[in-house]
Amino acid sequence: MSRKSYEGVALAAPVTVPYRRYSTRDAHWWIARALAALLKDTGLKKDAIDGLGISSFTLGPDTAVGLTQHLGMSLRWLDHVPMGGASGVVCLRRAARAVQAGDAEIVACIAGDTNHVDTFRRTLSTFSRFAQDAVYPYGSGGPNASFAFITDWWMRQYGVAREDFGKLCVAQRRNAMDNPHALLRKPLDLEDYLGARVIAEPLHLFDCVMPCAGADGYLVMTAERAEALGLESVRVLGAIERHNAFPDDPVQIRGGWALDRDELWAQAGVGPRDMDFFQAYDDYPVITLMQIEELGFCPSGEGAAFVREHEFAYDGDCPLNTCGGQLSMGQAGAAGGFLGLVEALRQLLGRPLGKQVAGATHGAVSGFGMINYDRGLCSAAAVLARS
Amino acid sequence: MRARPRLKNPILRTRQPLTPPMPRSRTALGLTAQAAEGRFSLQRCESCGQVQYPPADSCRACLSEELPWTPMSGRGELLAHTTLHHSNDPFYRERLPWRLGLTRLEEGPVVVAHLHRDCPPPPAAVGVTAKLDKAGRGVLVALPADELGDMSTDPRHGEFSCDPEHRKVLVTDGKSRVGQALVRELAAAGAAVIWVGQAEPWKKFAGQDAVEKLPQVTVVPLDLTDERGVKRIGAEIGGRVDILINNAEVHRTQGIADSGGAEMARREMEVNYLGLLRLAQAFGPAMRARGADGGASATAWVNVLSVYALSNYPPQGTYSASKAAALSLSQCLRAEMQDAGIRVVNVFPGPIDEEWNQPLPPPKLAPERLARDIVRGLRDGVEDLFPGDVAREWLARWKDNPKVLERELALESRTA
Ligand SMILES: [Zn+2]
Repeated sequence: MSRKSYEGVALAAPVTVPYRRYSTRDAHWWIARALAALLKDTGLKKDAIDGLGISSFTLGPDTAVGLTQHLGMSLRWLDHVPMGGASGVVCLRRAARAVQAGDAEIVACIAGDTNHVDTFRRTLSTFSRFAQDAVYPYGSGGPNASFAFITDWWMRQYGVAREDFGKLCVAQRRNAMDNPHALLRKPLDLEDYLGARVIAEPLHLFDCVMPCAGADGYLVMTAERAEALGLESVRVLGAIERHNAFPDDPVQIRGGWALDRDELWAQAGVGPRDMDFFQAYDDYPVITLMQIEELGFCPSGEGAAFVREHEFAYDGDCPLNTCGGQLSMGQAGAAGGFLGLVEALRQLLGRPLGKQVAGATHGAVSGFGMINYDRGLCSAAAVLARS
Repeated sequence: MRARPRLKNPILRTRQPLTPPMPRSRTALGLTAQAAEGRFSLQRCESCGQVQYPPADSCRACLSEELPWTPMSGRGELLAHTTLHHSNDPFYRERLPWRLGLTRLEEGPVVVAHLHRDCPPPPAAVGVTAKLDKAGRGVLVALPADELGDMSTDPRHGEFSCDPEHRKVLVTDGKSRVGQALVRELAAAGAAVIWVGQAEPWKKFAGQDAVEKLPQVTVVPLDLTDERGVKRIGAEIGGRVDILINNAEVHRTQGIADSGGAEMARREMEVNYLGLLRLAQAFGPAMRARGADGGASATAWVNVLSVYALSNYPPQGTYSASKAAALSLSQCLRAEMQDAGIRVVNVFPGPIDEEWNQPLPPPKLAPERLARDIVRGLRDGVEDLFPGDVAREWLARWKDNPKVLERELALESRTA
């Protein structure tokens, strides 16, 4: 049975609550600010929102349920999506189906996390049972250590050089320089990248995201509703998710995209070459490279050659992470999984945080999340188009 | 060879002891239980044979819940490695850079392990073993394939071991054959200083001259029944002791019916149980304070108990009871020492070849063999040690079914 299309679903109102390196506020505050921004942006009253999708690491002891009282919302549809970097696209998939089925009229999808001085360490030490039992006691490097293994393996296996990762990071920083919300806007060149201090060999400083506080959100509704409200919106051409793909690969050489990408492009009716930009999940550049290969922008194992042949700034032939990505914006917990999606909406709606990709009508977004033990378990992607 | 630790500048503040992260799921503590006895075992599914890691509550292939811990070959292939120059944990921050490896075991699972500095870069064959870390938790360690077991060549891995080399050791009783064998073995292992306790300093014990001929040795008065005396010697040398080996004991061969009053049992308890308590109160605080004192830190506390601590051996019923009491107390000591990273090692020998066990049939454990096993146990970093065939057989029977062992021992005492 083929998947039902996402026809008739509209995405609107991308918002970002400006990120901060540290915050004394709770996640609840950040999520509330994002909801307020959604309402301000659209002129909707809070009561008009009847569905809520939430993603957050630092909301404990609460879940999305507790938020309904904090935010004073009576909802007929509620979801909590604990999928980290994949949560933006996964939230979209859930909300789109709810809207298509008539279970909700307008769903607010929000990811928000705080970052107290000790938040990151505590999130790491209790991230998952496997992480607690079999990763954190080994040097307590957090995701740096896990991605160092994956990067080390990729560099040897596929002949990827640090310069290749560096080219992606430098292009993203170029994109961030025009984005007033980016926490890291200092110009970065390849020499700076290569000369940065080592964090977890072979990863150096500019390979690693900087944890911060922040929130992002968007609305999901029917196209008719968006039109009636006078909201500019974006269509969903296709979307996929996959969890714990290829469990027998000894090192993570693939996410789940390889299993589902043909279906994604078939459903979308377009291909990688039709994309005007690509918002990849970029907690570490090796994962960006993995998504470029697996979503079919280049053949598997040829990512390094692809990087060498293309330009990735907003004005290049392959615009990537056009607001600077997490590597320059900062990683605001689960909001890092929303950042690419809201930036894609902004580009398609012609209201970017930084520079606009000229004439952008189609874009791809990819998410990746949850290093449960030795690899990221959740992968997701969506193809979007201007209405 | 352990590098000789640099002497600490006495003016510098002694650092607060730190340990690696301790929390584990109940299932994952199975790895610790195995490593405590010196084994590297993982869960192997009884139904389908799948070996899995990290530890989980069901087989990831067939969902069976029968997942007995099964010894691994230790052979593995290093797939990827990293050296951390940043850590989120204070213990590791003090020890950076720290090397880690992702290793595929011959049995299938891929494990994250501490990686010895001499392992070549991947792809490379490595040996994987399970050790107790400074927090007393089981961890996996990957070593060069050809030197499995020798941690001491990587100074960062020294803390998986309690090697007596260059260390200062107290042996609480020098009079017994076990005590003298321990002193000789420790001297041969390169201990820097060996204090040897003497309960009755007014009279020389047999063999004292030979012991005192060793240049590392100082004989000190130490009677575990004398609380003030124990405190005094604790105040004098407690701040320097790196390894304390408590081998002092009173050993009578009597059950209840043939003991004729409580006096002999009381003397056993005075030394075997209360003696341990007095020692722990006199030496514990100073050793705890030195738990993280760099390469020259306090590292281990060894109690020579008896396999009779597990289940009472009626012909030596009161002695068994005193050793069971000491075992219970040493678990308390272990809990109190855990935050300081000091390993409490319990030794459970079977009958030792000495006068009190004269009526017992062989095999009996030679004191030299016991001493050798204790020093090797310190080097290997184990926590529970069962030296000799008798002890290992008792342990197997006890683990299999303690009630059955109780009945068997009751029967053995009738025929003894
Ligand atoms: Zn099974």
